[in-house]
Amino acid sequence: MNIIARLKPFNTPLTLAVGTLLVAVLTAVLGIPLLTRIVTVMFVSIILVLGLQLYMGNSGILSFAHAGFMGIGAYTSVLLSMTPAAKELTNSNLYPFLIPLHLPFLPSLLIGALMAAFIAAVVGFPLMRLSDAAAVITTFALLVIINVVMVHWDRVTNGPRTLFGVDNYTHLWTALIFCVLTIFAVYFFKESRVGLRLRATRDDAYAAASIGINMVVMRWLAFIASAFIAGVGGGLWAHFITSFTPYSFYLTETFVILAMLVIGGPYSVSGAVIGTLVVTAAREVLRAIENQVNILQIFPEGFFGFTEVVLSIVLIVILIYRPTGILGGQEIRWPPRLRGGTPADTNISTERISGGKQNV
Amino acid sequence: MINLEFIINTLSLGSLYAMLALGLVIIYGILRLVNFAYGELIMMGGYTLYLLAGFSPLPWLVVAVLAVLAAMFTSLFTELVAFRPVREKSLTAMLITSFAVSTLLQNAALLIISPRARAVVLPQIFQTSVMIAGTSVPWRNILTIVTCIVMLTLLTVLLRRTVLGIALRAAADNFRMTRMLGVPANTVISAAFAISGIMAGIVSIFWIARSSTVTPTLGAPPLLVAFVATVIGGMRSLTGAVVGGFIYAIIISLLGIFLPPNLLEFREAFMFVFVIIILLFRPQGLISSKTAVERVG
Repeated sequence: MNIIARLKPFNTPLTLAVGTLLVAVLTAVLGIPLLTRIVTVMFVSIILVLGLQLYMGNSGILSFAHAGFMGIGAYTSVLLSMTPAAKELTNSNLYPFLIPLHLPFLPSLLIGALMAAFIAAVVGFPLMRLSDAAAVITTFALLVIINVVMVHWDRVTNGPRTLFGVDNYTHLWTALIFCVLTIFAVYFFKESRVGLRLRATRDDAYAAASIGINMVVMRWLAFIASAFIAGVGGGLWAHFITSFTPYSFYLTETFVILAMLVIGGPYSVSGAVIGTLVVTAAREVLRAIENQVNILQIFPEGFFGFTEVVLSIVLIVILIYRPTGILGGQEIRWPPRLRGGTPADTNISTERISGGKQNV
Repeated sequence: MINLEFIINTLSLGSLYAMLALGLVIIYGILRLVNFAYGELIMMGGYTLYLLAGFSPLPWLVVAVLAVLAAMFTSLFTELVAFRPVREKSLTAMLITSFAVSTLLQNAALLIISPRARAVVLPQIFQTSVMIAGTSVPWRNILTIVTCIVMLTLLTVLLRRTVLGIALRAAADNFRMTRMLGVPANTVISAAFAISGIMAGIVSIFWIARSSTVTPTLGAPPLLVAFVATVIGGMRSLTGAVVGGFIYAIIISLLGIFLPPNLLEFREAFMFVFVIIILLFRPQGLISSKTAVERVG
């Protein structure tokens, strides 16, 4: 009894962790290579979506820069983990001092994530004062800046060309371990003092300020933590895919991460996890259809974009009919409760989420 | 280096950017929505040009008008189907919706037409030049400037002299109050989206005149230009949008001359750093309007 009582605060993250573990075990038992790939990428996606949830869900501010931080994490970790020979092969123009650097996978991943967090900390602080549209445009500007730098700084990133020769370190179980760690981290951030204060500023910026909450600092901390997680996700992704370009971390990726979060429900950790699960499954089915049509050559010009068309329609429909996502801000618990005592989060009126005054 | 050719080029670029920025700002002023799908309206105009100029016997001027109408109806349609239902919910929801609409239109073009670039048949006038004071000036630059002047005049008359225009300006100032005074919200917002679509349609003609091809991702570069121009000019003022468009053209042309070539490719990054700095230190832009609360803390 005592143990169960002690585990109570861990209910949601434990339930989610057990859920992901079951998925991983099932995948391993089935042993289908394609399924293993899909599930591994899904675990990495969960990390990325949780990173965005940490900032967006708690602060109520939309951020477009997330995919950029993912890219920073990916490039930094890859440049550290690749062997000197592979680096010279993929990019003969690389800065000479970067070539001999060679670290094991885990330190590379960590340094990549720290780099993303560091850049977020430096550029993020002034941006945290902005709300609403100004916040969105500045994070969008940040994404464009990061992308332009990645595309043109070819002495580091190999420019717009593909960077290849990365060792494959990310496997099903590595991805699962990081995914579970992230679930716990993001959940406890939400319940922490900083998380609680940040959610207060989201629900009512003026009331929160009146009880002495420094909104800018709270947002800043969340922004840094969110970039760190994005960096981890990017590093894991890079060591799974093993060849990529700067455009892997641009608007398409932003759209997919955002769709996963919004469809699942941006105001809870469980929403991020469920959203990723649902969207990954849907995307794979749609992509299978797309490929099948392309193989049959029904259309002379090929059949591209079908997946994104369906996904964006689903996203719009969700925003119209259920703007708080599938889970509506609820956290998953075990045993499941049916509309029992609702957690405080479900009571937020959606009009207040943007944190500012709405004049419509 | 700063000669007549440079001045006319910059003026023409500025005219194009001014019209671009106007189309974005007219919606922002009323709804506070940064319409990410704005670039895709230009793409829609472009594909209409491609289809009608290439595969129909219609005269080119009619094709151009139809392209503008196509962009306008797309704009109205997206408002009706996607933006109207989420309008009352939250700004974040509306922004994500516009991002989704943008992805939807882009991929629909990919799916229906082709991922490959399509050549657009253009009339002779877009390829010929005229000699003015010893320098050769392309006709399309002159046309851009003239069109911009005409559009600005028309828009000024609309906004100053008509009931709809006054309602639009009042709504941009204080939408809630305007509604209380009996102005129907849907009419005003639809009108704003229609004007935005017309602007996008006109821009699409001149944008395509520069490249002669259309692709599904055509909308992204003009959208980025419009973002920067509106931020420079002040997000809530129409005059500001025009000024911002011209300032953007001047800065980008001067950077093209004075920036060393190895930094030139980072030009876009410099512009967006500039955007962030403006939003931080002068969020109301260079031309401020009376009500602008974007910054807290």
